[in-house]
Amino acid sequence: MPSLLERTLIVMPAFNEEAVVKQVVLEVLEKLPGVSCLVVDDGSSDNTIAQALEGGALVARLPFNLGVGGAMRVGFRYALEHGFDNVVQVDSDGQHDPSSVPEMLARLETADLVLGARFAGEGTYTVRGPRRWAMIVLSKFLSATARTRLTDTTSGFRASGPRAVRLFAEHYPAEYLGDTIESLVIAARAKCVIVQIPVSMRVRAGGVPSHDPFKAAAYLGRATMALMFALMRPPVPLHNSEDVR
Amino acid sequence: MTVTTYIFGVLSALATLAVVVEMLRRRRLRERHAVWWLIAGTLALIIGVFPGVLVWAANLIGVEIPLNLVFFVSVAVLFLVCIQHSAELTALETKTRILAEDTALHELRIQALENAATPRPHD
Repeated sequence: MPSLLERTLIVMPAFNEEAVVKQVVLEVLEKLPGVSCLVVDDGSSDNTIAQALEGGALVARLPFNLGVGGAMRVGFRYALEHGFDNVVQVDSDGQHDPSSVPEMLARLETADLVLGARFAGEGTYTVRGPRRWAMIVLSKFLSATARTRLTDTTSGFRASGPRAVRLFAEHYPAEYLGDTIESLVIAARAKCVIVQIPVSMRVRAGGVPSHDPFKAAAYLGRATMALMFALMRPPVPLHNSEDVR
Repeated sequence: MTVTTYIFGVLSALATLAVVVEMLRRRRLRERHAVWWLIAGTLALIIGVFPGVLVWAANLIGVEIPLNLVFFVSVAVLFLVCIQHSAELTALETKTRILAEDTALHELRIQALENAATPRPHD
């Protein structure tokens, strides 16, 4: 029986991340021995592919930009085709600390989807105004849908167990915000068990969270719409879920 | 209505139908996309040849000014065509996305097969 890490695929969607992707891959492979790391190049125009290969990752090249959702679907499909049980999504910009991964994988024993949540107090992640309201509204609705308390629903740091991998390989949404909001709704409605654990986030190498109130308001609108449509769509069943658990 | 406007109406409808049929004939337009245009062209031709039909239809539904019925039907047809195009576009986008995912996965597979087939000089 291969070890837990050997049965795990780290998927990193990468779009023009040549500056950091090599370091992130190296860190993942060093801190998580035995793990496989797949960088999905999302139509980058820079040297991301070469840098990721140098770091020792497998690289899937998308011919054009599909967004995080499309890139993640490639990861889920690859995991399914190559017999990986678990998929962990890690950002290629280095803001997720791979040392949290073993803890997330441990939680997959009893859950199908583990979110790594940025908690207040960890790091300097603060939000105000419409963006904060958006986060509050989203966590309220999604907590109710997922029947568990979720505080950071837009976190891209998440681990999926075998059932979620099978579900997502087929149904991971590719729309804007689909990879965060709608994927949670799909998982919750397919009766996947969702939990969150606190993780510390590092400051992104290049970029400060936007505080432009207009952008934040637009974000609130789009997020609300994405959530509404996600809840209106017919739920997708998880096929032959009984024989797994 | 003068004779000139009568002829103008009939010719316009015929021209519309001719364009749609010609494009269908050259396979530049598939039947499923041409249906609404064919219906619109045929309606325009009927009303062009028998203007009384329009007045009769307007009275039947209770539209006071028959011309308003023309505008309403035109807008409805355009609306349906637009909706159909948006749906087709969505379907096409989904298909290209799946194809893009497939090429990425195939490329990985080819890479793996090539690595297995050609022994590396350092091994």
